[in-house]
Order: sequence, then C-alpha cells, then structure tokens
Amino acid sequence: MQLPSSQEIIDDLAFFDDWEQRYQYIIDLGKALPGLPEEERTADRLVKGCQSQVWMVARSKDGKLLFDVDSDAVIVQGLLALVLAAYNDKTPVQILDFDIDAYFEELDLERHITPTRGNGLRAIVAKINGLARNAVH
Amino acid sequence: MSLNISALREQFPILKTQIDGKPLVYLDNAATTQKPQVVIDALVEYYSTYNANVHRGSHYLSDEATRRYENARTSVANFINAAVKEEVIWTSGTTESLNIIAHGLMQQLGTGDQVVITEMEHHANLVTWQQACIKAGAKLVVIPINEAGELDLRAYESALNSATKLVAFPHVSNALGTINPIEELTLMAKNVGALVSIDGAQGIAHGGVDVQAIGCDFYSFSGHKLFGPTGIGCLWGRKAVLEDWPVWQTGGEMIADVEYQSTTFGALPNRLEAGTPNISGAIGMAAAIDWFADLDQQAVQTHEKALLARAIELAADMPGMRLIGTATNKVGIMSFLLEGTHPADIGFILDRQGIAIRTGDNCAQPLMKRLKIPGTARASFSIYNTIEEVEAFFIALKKAQTMLA
Repeated sequence: MQLPSSQEIIDDLAFFDDWEQRYQYIIDLGKALPGLPEEERTADRLVKGCQSQVWMVARSKDGKLLFDVDSDAVIVQGLLALVLAAYNDKTPVQILDFDIDAYFEELDLERHITPTRGNGLRAIVAKINGLARNAVH
Repeated sequence: MSLNISALREQFPILKTQIDGKPLVYLDNAATTQKPQVVIDALVEYYSTYNANVHRGSHYLSDEATRRYENARTSVANFINAAVKEEVIWTSGTTESLNIIAHGLMQQLGTGDQVVITEMEHHANLVTWQQACIKAGAKLVVIPINEAGELDLRAYESALNSATKLVAFPHVSNALGTINPIEELTLMAKNVGALVSIDGAQGIAHGGVDVQAIGCDFYSFSGHKLFGPTGIGCLWGRKAVLEDWPVWQTGGEMIADVEYQSTTFGALPNRLEAGTPNISGAIGMAAAIDWFADLDQQAVQTHEKALLARAIELAADMPGMRLIGTATNKVGIMSFLLEGTHPADIGFILDRQGIAIRTGDNCAQPLMKRLKIPGTARASFSIYNTIEEVEAFFIALKKAQTMLA
C-alpha cells in the first residue's frame, strides 16, 4: 500500500470538521496498513504496552530506513500509519530532523502519543529515532 | 432515605469537567475515585492553618497536627471496627500494606510451608507473596476460579492444611467485580491455623467492613479508592499478631531507645511507621471516611446495585458483547470484550466522547492468561454515577462498535 505523505495526512485530517470523520480516517488507515505476517510478530520485535501491543521490523535500503509495523488494536495501527508517513523510507538525518511532537500537535492527536498512554506509540518513535542515531554514527 | 445523587455530585468539583466539549462520564472508579470538596478542603486547611510535624509536641501547631492526625487514625479504626486504634498502621496504600505483611512473613516461612492465593489476584496481591515464597523456598498455591469468576470453594478447602502459613485473597476482584465470601474463607483458613490477609483495595468502598466480624488477621486498603487522597492507605492487623510483626522500615518515629550499636523498637502503631508520616494524607483520608460513613449505607448499596443492573440489562441487548466476570455476588465493575474489536480501540473512541474507562490487563496478567484473553475494557461505577451515565456509556459503545466494524 502506498501511504500518504505526512503533509497529505495533515491536509486530509484538516479537511474533516468532526471527530468521527477524523477517527474513521485513522481507523481506515489502520485497516489499510498491511501489518506483519504472524511469523514476524515475534517477541524480539514486540513493543509491549499494557493496553495494546506493537511489533516493528526495520531494515535499510539505499541509505534509507524502512519500517513494517503491526498492532493488535486498529486505532493504534492507524496512528502507526501516521508515524510511518513521517519516518518510512527516509534517511536517518531526515528522521532525526523531523519534529514528531509538532506533527502530532498539528494533527490534533498529541494526546494519543504522550508517554503516559500505554499503547506503545511513544516507544516506537523512540526506537525509530534510536535506529536513525545509530545509522548516523 | 435514598441518595440525592445530584446533590452528591455537586460535592465533586471534577464532575463538572468537559472533555472535548462533552461532559465527563467517569467510569474508572475501580482505578481511583474522585474526591469530594470536604476532602480537598481538609488538605488545604491542614497546609494553610496547622502544618507541623507530629509527635514532637513542643509547640501549638505540632500539638494540633498530632491531635488531628491521631483523630484520623481513630476515624479509620471506627470505620472498620478495629478493637483498638493502634491496630491501624498508616501506609502509602494497599501495596505497601501487603509488602509489610509479606516482608514479615518471609522471615517465618520455610521449605515445606505454603501460602495460598487465588487466580483472581491483582499483581499487588500476587507478586508480593510469590517473591516471599521464592526467597523462603516455600510453595505458592493458587486456587482456581470458575467461568463466572467465582472462587472454587472446594479446591480452596482441600488446599488448606497445617503447612499453610498464610492465606491471601481479595475482598473484591478488581478485574471481575466478584465479592468473595470473606468470612467463610477466613473461617476455613483459621481451622488450619493459617494467618489470613485480605486485600481490601476494592472492597473497602463498598461499605460494611467489620474486621472483628470477619475474623481475619490483616485487612489492607487505600485512601484514594475511598474518595480520599493518593499516597495514603492502611494496614489493619490484629494486635496480637501485629505487635510482634517484624519491623518494616527503620528510622525515626519507630524507636523507643537508640544506642550506637543497638535499638529498642517502639510499640504499635509507631514501630511499623518509620519517618515523618503522610500527615495531610491521613487527615484527608479520615475526612473522606467521615464523609462516606455519614451517607446512608443501605441507599449507597441500592444505588450501586441499580447502576450495575441497568448496565447488565443494556449489555444483554448489545450484540457481540461478552462480560468477563458474571459472579452472582458482585460490585459495580463491568469488564467486557466486544466481538471484533480491541479494548484499546474501544477506550480511544469512548475517551473522545468524554467517557473514562480502563482498558488493558487490569494489573492481573495471570488472570487474563487464565481466561485466555489479552485484556478487557472495564467500566466501574461509583456512588456519584447516574443511570443516565450508564446509558450514555452504552450509546457511546454502540458508536464505537459501528465505527470499528
């Protein structure tokens, strides 16, 4: 699936005037994201949250980082799609330069990515940034 | 006399909160309850007018703080019908209370001894005993529950024997809502000479706890689940057991005589309360207890039963809704799964509609594994909730179901 870019997502979400449409958009994004086959949802790829679980596989190609993710909760999966729109297929420097907090604030979703939410999203963001930092050094 | 719910709600300032333009419907009461104005005022009054350290009576403020702090202990003792107020030990909450017991028990346990718990434990009433057993080389025996979430009394009785040093169970299950037959369970354990520790975190707010009538040795609970502040709780212990119980933390307040090479520990309750206590917390907790005890307890129970009954009725009409915990005798805790949806997704969509519930493993991972579910969504009701809120919760749930389909 071709993910929309982070700017496209910002524009799409700004277009909706009620929360239901916005959430429906995120749910649909979550459903459209292919996820990971069962055998790749292994313990070492698991980012455990107490509310939902997230798995991530990372690889690099031509100096860019590529990520495949999955979650057992569809809204978390949709939020992961938003995260991937920002980070997937980008160079480590582009990843490190991206202001994820400002992005989520612009999407009016910052409440969902705070460290207090046990949904694994913040941990995924930290993991992606860690991989990007390692790649730069 | 019945409860005037709207007048009751007026006493809770937080209930006027709007979330994203919608009125807050707070259904996470098993996690923590909200606080009435009298509790908030008690905290402000303490810090504004008589803040001082206690038990150092060399000036007016210290005397006043000590008097109110010790009166708070009396409030708690009366509330649970303790024989003497020295049986009430202030702790930071249920978890610390249970740790004091487990820490002491560990020193008495040996190989061949056993501690009995149940399948429905919160981590606080599991990891504590488990770790004590591991360190002492004792055996942890876990009593099964049935599909409704009720304890298997036969299995319980047959597990008890002279090797059983302590039995621990919750008064009320935080994940399932089951009210355990605590007097019966205590009696059976006493017949084999075991100590009995009851995790009262969820039970205390549902009224009528009489530690002498129950016959247990320990009853632990937290202030914040009883309309009081966080960071304060109680360990109640029978005096004969508690006065020799191994000391927990050491330091100031808990001593009688100190030499450089040795110390004589103080008497109850101080020997188990090292350091400057949570004075404001104790005073706030007593304010909450005095406030709660003043309500018509019969009316409180009737109201809570009505909320649960309405919820069960609406759940029956909800396609794909599976209740987790269907004990005959249960409190207003409704854990559930909605076919084809994940609890976290339900939580997201309810949150956006101003409705606060809990989602996840309910701090009971082994129980979730036993039930073969990853977790649940959980709505838990308190005295200030209304039938209209229960109905609003189900309307919101239907919306979530539609959106996630």
